[in-house]
Amino acid sequence: MPHTLTINGKARSVDVDDDTPLLWVLRDVLGMTGTKFGCGVALCGACTVHLDGAPTRSCVTPIGSIGNKAITTIEAVGKTRQGRAVQKAWLDVEVVQCGYCQSGQIMSAAALLAAKPKPSDADIDAAMSGNICRCGTYVRIREGIKHAAHGLANDKRGS
Amino acid sequence: MTSNRIIDLVEGDGVDLARRRFLSVSAAMGGGLLIGFTTGPSIGPADAAQSVASPPFTPNAFIRIAGDGQIVLTMPYVEMGQGTYTSIPMLIAEELEVDLKQVRLEHAPPNEKLYGNPLLGGIQATGNSNAVRASWQPLRQAGATARTMLVSAAAKRWNVDPASCRAQSGEVRHVATGRRVKYGELTADAARLPVPESVALKRPEEFKLIGTPAKRLDTPAKVNGTAVYGIDVRPPGVKIATLAQSPVFGGRVKSVNDAAAKAVKGVRQIVRLDDAVAVVADHMGAAKKGLAALVIEWDDGPHAKLDTQKIVDELEKATLNAGPVAQNIGDADKALANAVTKVEATYQVPFLAHAAMEPMNCTVHVRKDGCEVWVGNQVIPRAQATAAETTGLPLDKVVVHNHLIGGGFGRRLEIDGVTRAVQIAMQVEAPVKVVWTREEDIQHDMYRPYFFDRISGGLDAKGMPVAWNHRFAGSSIIARWGPPFFKDGLDADTTEGAIDLVYAFPNLHVEYLRVEPPGIPTAFWRSVGPSHNVFVTESFMDELAVAAKQDPVAYRRALLDKTPRARAVLDLAAQKAGWGTPLPAGVGRGVSLQHAFATYLAQVAEVEVSKDGAVRVRRVVCAVDCGIAVNPDTVKAQIQSAVIFGITAALHGEITLKDGRVQQSNFHDYPVLRMNETPAIEVYIVNSTDPPGGMGEAGTSAIAPAVTNAIYAATGKRIRKLPVANQAART
Repeated sequence: MPHTLTINGKARSVDVDDDTPLLWVLRDVLGMTGTKFGCGVALCGACTVHLDGAPTRSCVTPIGSIGNKAITTIEAVGKTRQGRAVQKAWLDVEVVQCGYCQSGQIMSAAALLAAKPKPSDADIDAAMSGNICRCGTYVRIREGIKHAAHGLANDKRGS
Repeated sequence: MTSNRIIDLVEGDGVDLARRRFLSVSAAMGGGLLIGFTTGPSIGPADAAQSVASPPFTPNAFIRIAGDGQIVLTMPYVEMGQGTYTSIPMLIAEELEVDLKQVRLEHAPPNEKLYGNPLLGGIQATGNSNAVRASWQPLRQAGATARTMLVSAAAKRWNVDPASCRAQSGEVRHVATGRRVKYGELTADAARLPVPESVALKRPEEFKLIGTPAKRLDTPAKVNGTAVYGIDVRPPGVKIATLAQSPVFGGRVKSVNDAAAKAVKGVRQIVRLDDAVAVVADHMGAAKKGLAALVIEWDDGPHAKLDTQKIVDELEKATLNAGPVAQNIGDADKALANAVTKVEATYQVPFLAHAAMEPMNCTVHVRKDGCEVWVGNQVIPRAQATAAETTGLPLDKVVVHNHLIGGGFGRRLEIDGVTRAVQIAMQVEAPVKVVWTREEDIQHDMYRPYFFDRISGGLDAKGMPVAWNHRFAGSSIIARWGPPFFKDGLDADTTEGAIDLVYAFPNLHVEYLRVEPPGIPTAFWRSVGPSHNVFVTESFMDELAVAAKQDPVAYRRALLDKTPRARAVLDLAAQKAGWGTPLPAGVGRGVSLQHAFATYLAQVAEVEVSKDGAVRVRRVVCAVDCGIAVNPDTVKAQIQSAVIFGITAALHGEITLKDGRVQQSNFHDYPVLRMNETPAIEVYIVNSTDPPGGMGEAGTSAIAPAVTNAIYAATGKRIRKLPVANQAART
């Protein structure tokens, strides 16, 4: 069935079953491979995207349920203020190892900072514990989020 | 053969790989980030470098300097998170006197003569935490050789003594006159010079890059979605397949009803193999839906009734008999008989899955005249060989493109996923990307072996150990993976951490019995032999200290006169952890000390045990002497990583079999540590001028006993069988 989606600000049409998870539409139909497959059942967060800004596991989000919500992926999150700050913090703190989960981590972290500009450790636990990293970069992810929050607070020019 | 042409990977109008690749080339040409490794071994920058008019200078198999000054490192090791794509170029750049960013990487082709790992018996593999160790001499030597020849070429041009010239920042300078010439302008001249037999390497005090934290070169592409892992490749016309393999190892497909699967929109083909069925589709969503709609009847084969306990019983029984002697010092039996105090215990560690974040996958295009494979793998020549063998094609007709790996941990030292993908691709008239579901990834892993250990110790009147007797049974990975290195019933991996202990024991006897479990394949798992042995030996050291009524740190320390590096890390970790300072009720500290992967490491874990037995690791302090820390920030990152990986296994990790089937399937029943369970981790690096030790795995093997010793300190409960699970509950 044809569906029209708004992905990173552009209208995209795909013809797949209603129950096809968004993850596979992004990766296999549209070739946007930055969003990763990790578990298929919303246990690991590797597939996290934003729907109208809310962090969402694309592996369990049927394409038919999205309607006209705006989809943002790792490929474009750097165009948002928080996404840009998180990406920079990930480089400054040198968070990344194998990197496979980091698209999802960055999407979750950017959404957290949009909702809570100064997250506490408890806020970070709550927002990030759904994102698994087998390289165990958690210590630096926490540091990276705080670094990004600090950067955003100092960035007076931000929108 | 390895292709040097640019293969058009583009399909669709989403993320455009060709464009991305072009940008990579541009970036590399501009002296910027080398994203070459994001797209495999056969990519643009090499072609671009080679197209420059002036002939390249290739003094050895690792270095090529093009006429435009571009330096290419032919990289024998693959990046799976350990930072090797940064630390190995640092070795070359240091000796070549160039900026790290001037070195671009190209994957080495399968060629064990040139790129075999000297620390893995010449097998071209990335593993055993030894890329830096294996490269330390040869790659610095390669860099120094190139530098020496470039200096000679410049000196000859200027008709001056080479000793009066100096290499610096990618050029040669004549100190007295200030004349300069860039490396790129010297390539033709340097290439005509004989390669010197010996060259002087820089002394540690001269290092500019080595020992200074360097930014990882692979990070930028990993934060914006452009990094290309094996699972991300998209050759034109690629189909996506997922599969069901026999739920019992060794079972077969009896019958398949695929009518419903074929009716799923997007499903193109059902591929039936002897022991697996794959659904080929336009996208993974359709492939998974098709797979769920298949009705497969399996013949479970000989292991249909296999349970974990049967395997454990066999291992336990095996340890009742003597086995090959891995190490003997003095007469442990006699010393034990005469000991004032005797301590005996049995220990067990479970099967473990790897559960790398990137599920198993491999993309293959089989044509009549050749086969192309896209994969992230730690043993590229083996991937090439299995594709050739499976298809019947000659080796030189198989091209393997290696990619970034989304977590290896030993899983990708195996080629079962490549073989499987080739079997499927042979029945598909297009490139096919075979992606395993997480359930398939966990249930058809090759597992860290189960081990059963008997260990006994004897103490003298002062409580000091006079006898150490250790016998264990389990699978030898080496015996299957590298048969020539399994000799007289023993191998260096399975026994590492059980022999050559840091402690001065007057009488020690260690035996290993190889017992291969039926119906479950085994493989290397991060920290390999030590992942098992260090848990046993460091737990038992704690038991001896308790029996001697002595402090665990002081007890160990008294046995370290001959291993000062071990004593230094123990002291440092204890001091930084505040060893001996008071803790609240229900909280304990545990220590562990090891020498493995040529690195000395001590850890102190601070663990809180709740009344219902829930264990939380609050803080980990690690002191490490890994010799020269090539990239100290990566050393810290690897410890942080290894500690988390090890805590996951110690607390939760367990694969079990029932009716021949692996019972765990996804992160709900094979849980891994998450952000809210992550302790504070402090890493202290000992300054050293010793050659580098391995860093990828050492932290993993050391943490389990630190945690379980801390549980003992907190509760008096000794954990002798992993995982901890709910064993710490107070009864």
